[in-house]
Amino acid sequence: MIRVTEKPFDPGAEANAFQAAHTEAGAMVSFTGIVRSKPGDPISALILECYPELAENELAAIRQTATERFSLIDAAIIHRHGRLVPGETIMMVLTLAPHRQAAFDGAQFLMDYLKTDAPFWKQEETAAGLRWVQAKPEDDDARARWAR
Amino acid sequence: MKVLYFAWLRERLNRASDEVSPPPEVVTLADLIAWLRAKDEALDHAMANPAIFKLSRDARIVPWDTPIAGAREIAILPPMTGG
Repeated sequence: MIRVTEKPFDPGAEANAFQAAHTEAGAMVSFTGIVRSKPGDPISALILECYPELAENELAAIRQTATERFSLIDAAIIHRHGRLVPGETIMMVLTLAPHRQAAFDGAQFLMDYLKTDAPFWKQEETAAGLRWVQAKPEDDDARARWAR
Repeated sequence: MKVLYFAWLRERLNRASDEVSPPPEVVTLADLIAWLRAKDEALDHAMANPAIFKLSRDARIVPWDTPIAGAREIAILPPMTGG
């Protein structure tokens, strides 16, 4: 399941529904990305710009690749865009597999790929105005380790 | 065809898209970027380090040497910061 949305979602409810749909799985991994405001450098909101049509296509392709590579029973990605305040859930990745290693690896792979290949751009809203979040070289490194 | 700009690139250009009709010698996406940069100083400066950008053709990320023939929508994508 791929969902690109401006609407808030409940990560606990999503994880429970995802798990309940597959009785053959022995392991589920869920990752939740949250808007963070650092004490020394506070933000009032995170604004995510998105190219929705491309995001849906790329996330679907990444999900398909992960499912095949790690023999996942199922995988889901939910990603919000729009204006989010600290504490809100930005996105979620869920994987289901017979055993834990595939579920962990699949979730890590999905996160590493979507960091560099899913068309979302973050802007931080601070007291001084808006600033674009810079892409991190380590995100490219994290993705590269899966190359084969 | 339509060319879309996102994030800080959109801001630097003060617009989200252009409607363009490239000449026949513009064959690939790389050609298209070179042609667009040659006629737009702001885009030329914003793309001074072209290697950081990804490109999409009809809502799929594709290599820079992809042909543009028949394309409906091209997007120039600054480094992504989702997740």
